[in-house]
Amino acid sequence: MADTVIELRNIVKRFGKVVANNGVNLSVRKGEIHAIVGENGAGKSTLMKILYGLYHPDCGEIILNGCKISRNTPQNAIKNGIGMVHQHFMLIPPLTVTENVILGIEPAKKGILDLAFAAKEIQSLSDKFNLKIDPSKKIEELSVGENQRVEIIKVLYRGAEILILDEPTAVLTPQEVKEFFGVIKNLVSQGKTVIIITHKLDEVMDISDRITVMKQGRTINTLDTAKTSPREIARIMVGRDVLLKVDKKPMETGNTILSVENLSVMKNASVHALKEISFQIKAGEILGIAGVEGNGQTELIEAIMGLNIEKIVSGKVSLMDMEMSKKSTKYRLKSGFSHIPEDRHKRGLVLEFSVRDNLILGRHNDFSASGFLQEKSINSYSETLINDFDIRPPDADVAAEGLSGGNQQKIIVAREFSRNFEFLLAAQPTRGVDIGAIEFIHRRIIAARDEGKAVLLVSAELSEILSLSDTIAVLYKGRIAKIFNASSTNENELGAFMTGAAS
Amino acid sequence: MNKKRELLIEILVPIFAVLMALIFCDILILIYKESPYRVYKLLVEGTLLNPYGIGQVLFKTTPLIFSGLAVAFAFRSGLFNIGGEGQLYMGAFATAIAGMYMPSSVPFLIAVILCIFVGFMSGAVVGFIPGYLKARFGSHEVINTIMLNFIVLALINYLVVSYFKVPETLHTEEIVENARIMRLSAVMPFFKGSAVNLSFVIALVTCGIVYIILWKTKFGYELRAVGLNPSAAATAGINVKRTLISAMCISGGLAGMVGINYVMGYKYYFEEGFSSGLGFMGIAVALLGRNHPFGVILAAILFGILSQGGLVINAVVPKELVDILQAIVIICVVSSNSEVRRILSKSEK
Amino acid sequence: MSDILGSMISLAFLSQVIRISVPYVLAGMGGVFSERSGIVNIALEGMMLNGAFAYVLGTFLTGDPVAGVISGVLCGMLTGLVHGIVSIRFKANQIISGVAINLLSVGMTKYFLKIFFDSSSNSARVAGIESFSVLPYNSEFADTINGIFGNPLIILTIAIVVFSHLTIFKTVFGLRLRSVGEHPEAADTLGVKVNLIRYMCVILSGALAGLGGVWLAVDQHQFTDGMSNGRGFIALAAVIFGKWSPIGVAFGCLLFGFAESMQITLQSSGADIPTQFVQMIPYVLTIIALAGFIGKSMPPAASGVVFEKDN
Repeated sequence: MADTVIELRNIVKRFGKVVANNGVNLSVRKGEIHAIVGENGAGKSTLMKILYGLYHPDCGEIILNGCKISRNTPQNAIKNGIGMVHQHFMLIPPLTVTENVILGIEPAKKGILDLAFAAKEIQSLSDKFNLKIDPSKKIEELSVGENQRVEIIKVLYRGAEILILDEPTAVLTPQEVKEFFGVIKNLVSQGKTVIIITHKLDEVMDISDRITVMKQGRTINTLDTAKTSPREIARIMVGRDVLLKVDKKPMETGNTILSVENLSVMKNASVHALKEISFQIKAGEILGIAGVEGNGQTELIEAIMGLNIEKIVSGKVSLMDMEMSKKSTKYRLKSGFSHIPEDRHKRGLVLEFSVRDNLILGRHNDFSASGFLQEKSINSYSETLINDFDIRPPDADVAAEGLSGGNQQKIIVAREFSRNFEFLLAAQPTRGVDIGAIEFIHRRIIAARDEGKAVLLVSAELSEILSLSDTIAVLYKGRIAKIFNASSTNENELGAFMTGAAS
Repeated sequence: MNKKRELLIEILVPIFAVLMALIFCDILILIYKESPYRVYKLLVEGTLLNPYGIGQVLFKTTPLIFSGLAVAFAFRSGLFNIGGEGQLYMGAFATAIAGMYMPSSVPFLIAVILCIFVGFMSGAVVGFIPGYLKARFGSHEVINTIMLNFIVLALINYLVVSYFKVPETLHTEEIVENARIMRLSAVMPFFKGSAVNLSFVIALVTCGIVYIILWKTKFGYELRAVGLNPSAAATAGINVKRTLISAMCISGGLAGMVGINYVMGYKYYFEEGFSSGLGFMGIAVALLGRNHPFGVILAAILFGILSQGGLVINAVVPKELVDILQAIVIICVVSSNSEVRRILSKSEK
Repeated sequence: MSDILGSMISLAFLSQVIRISVPYVLAGMGGVFSERSGIVNIALEGMMLNGAFAYVLGTFLTGDPVAGVISGVLCGMLTGLVHGIVSIRFKANQIISGVAINLLSVGMTKYFLKIFFDSSSNSARVAGIESFSVLPYNSEFADTINGIFGNPLIILTIAIVVFSHLTIFKTVFGLRLRSVGEHPEAADTLGVKVNLIRYMCVILSGALAGLGGVWLAVDQHQFTDGMSNGRGFIALAAVIFGKWSPIGVAFGCLLFGFAESMQITLQSSGADIPTQFVQMIPYVLTIIALAGFIGKSMPPAASGVVFEKDN
């Protein structure tokens, strides 16, 4: 074990009631590319932030080159040769590469910056590791891939021997990923150690020497890349102990309710978030969108609801042969859309509003007459929903922010099911919700399907997708990788498509 | 329990702020070698313990209610309107012009309503500009409202000086008899001699209307949703940009009503410099009144007392003491918000 | 009409433009430092007013204008510190804090005007600052040149513009303050003390705006009630118009000073041109600039945003 540079022993980190890391063990060898894989929420980023000193573990030990580190801060981590490239770049767009790189440890004479000297140093680093960065350029003039390489220079400039890369390829185009892997291999060949966090299995197989799989806050296993397969990793990654069973009748489909044709949406000026997506949902059908988060789900939801019209470059969304692509969100809701947003705090609720006011959010037009809110009908409506959906505490006057996550979600579910709708878009409908509420929400979704509604279910929980959907589309890198009949597929197969391990 | 705590904060913050401000002013009074007790006693006696004082307090309160409402209304939609000064000048000037040219055949009530309407609309036009610029270009309403203050002031100065002033003065001709609002003393002899007029009642009614708009109408519901969470509002099918523009128009319109008290109920003409910072005081009123129409009434009365009180205590200490008091109250309100929350959450642990 | 044009290209006119612009430039530099570090500074107006009063008081009490200048600057710094404490320590809305400080400054200066000068409108006359002779002749030309280049405060102002430019773009402190105003989280991950830098900048801002106020008092040899008269806001407009760069802001101030001089010239010439429209120029230009019609005028990204560290 002489070549072990970092060892983490039994790391535990809690945020309130949530346990993000629950007994994590990890050892990284000098000069290797060590991948840490796992679904979102498996605790990868938390672990790396602990290693970099941004979070302090509740218990456990960090051992660096055989010495235990007691007080870990980013400053100490940097001194110890650990550098981190954050998932969201920490770069300042209007400043130059040089200025970004030297910030905090500026070479200077009597307070005057020595930019020429710094630029020269950065240039030589760039040349040495073949990073192809012009130090005099401003960050805002650079591509995303170049931005990433600037982050790497930043870390190298501080003398890092161990680089932590958090989801480094999430925002890169395939070409940029290829280039980026060249850079990483170059780094390792010159003696650096790289820890890379990702959930993209194809990339992991390409680049890493060893792989540690994390699940639900624990490290499950460390494997040699050469001796494993994407399928094996996928199984460990997405495998669940319990599969929630939902009873449902065989599907009886009717006419097409929602159709999406050749939909393309931009993420920014140069990168597509969605590319030529097409699918239909019939009455009485649940279509599940499976996929690792960040593969275009959010953009798809927004495009269907008319929330990002300015980013749509082509394609059509229609409800029962009525074209909706240019219509406002209000019009869509009136025409028979119903929408459980994926982020209830951002889009689903006004947290400072009372439960009653939240129950009519988006339905307030139905409860007003000649411009005035109809308090009587709102009161009886909200009383009914609070009862029917068992929202606790059963008090319409309480502010939504005072409710538990599960009850907050019930407000949204109650509201959206009370609509007169033909099509339901349920995005992460049970995220952060307790088991009882999950079952309840699942039964409601099935009931809607049985009544002949069309349902689009977007979820990061593969078990949820599998147990509810009639049809499953896997979204990978903004495209539909494949559409399955739910009864003829399984977690392993979907997992392979979701992570790009199969296509 | 959550709600109770919020209510506690709503009440504690203003009280804490006023107390801190009083302590600061004690020091200033002591610097002036006066006794704070004597000053405060004089202030209370001169404003609240005699009918004339009460009348004058209400007279000073009236414009503050309107300018406070204007700021509070915009706040509720998430916008910061510090253009009250420009909007109220435009409104007051337009009110005066409408009153001047009102045919004397127009009956009293209609003439009054027309003049107020013209003032409201003129203020609304000035409010529309930053609202539109915000929705269209995303440019920050704070800078634009400040800039518009100066533009409107210069514009009105031009109009008054070049076209409308009575020679040798800086004010316009008087408005017609039928557009004048009577003093309260005409019906309530109690207020004899004080300038308080029916505009005070109009201000109270306006507070009621604003309350109804914000909490009883669909528009108010949408406006509050946009102010608290624009993304959720958009998801709910609310047109965020249109709501923002409407909010700024109404806010400007409310500021446009500030001049009613002076132009229609007191001097019967528009005069350059009549406001002397009422628009900025509106920010303080709204802040202390927690952006609630009824809170605005209470805060406006407090500042009305201080404003009238300044004149009363001027014999003992400089009346500017109350300006300082008002400013310190604002600083303490915004500062104590985070502090009171911190202290409360500590005490709960 | 040609008379007006003639008087506008005269040396006296140029001198007037410069004299009007100096307080704008000083307060404008203050605005640049504060806003570049992420603190919106509407309090420039109040800082100027306090600086002007403190100059008069300091000079009155000591008889020495230099002591006056120092107290003006110190008083501006104190005002900046208040703005800093309210908006950094107490995380209050920076705009409200600025508005309140402006109101406070009006009240405080009047209050102390009463105490020290027993007047509610103006102070006693105090000494100004002597210009020294650059050109030892006695002609109108020489007088004007001496009035500009012999005036220590004008020289100081020019130096401050150069100094501000160099500080912001060429020094360690400048790099850090820019980073703090654009992306405090990024700066923080690299060990930059975000709030410390913001305090330093807002206090520096107060010093510069205070000096701008000193100029006003020196120019009139006394303090008059509300003598900043909206100049802090013009400086703020120039900060936006000059896109937060010291040189750009200085030119913006000169442009606004030019407009004001023109207005004065027009007024005194009795020409039938509404001077109020000339007066509006700075404000209209600023609104247009902010809407993006004159290039892009983007404020520092984190301007007005409270920085909170998470653990």
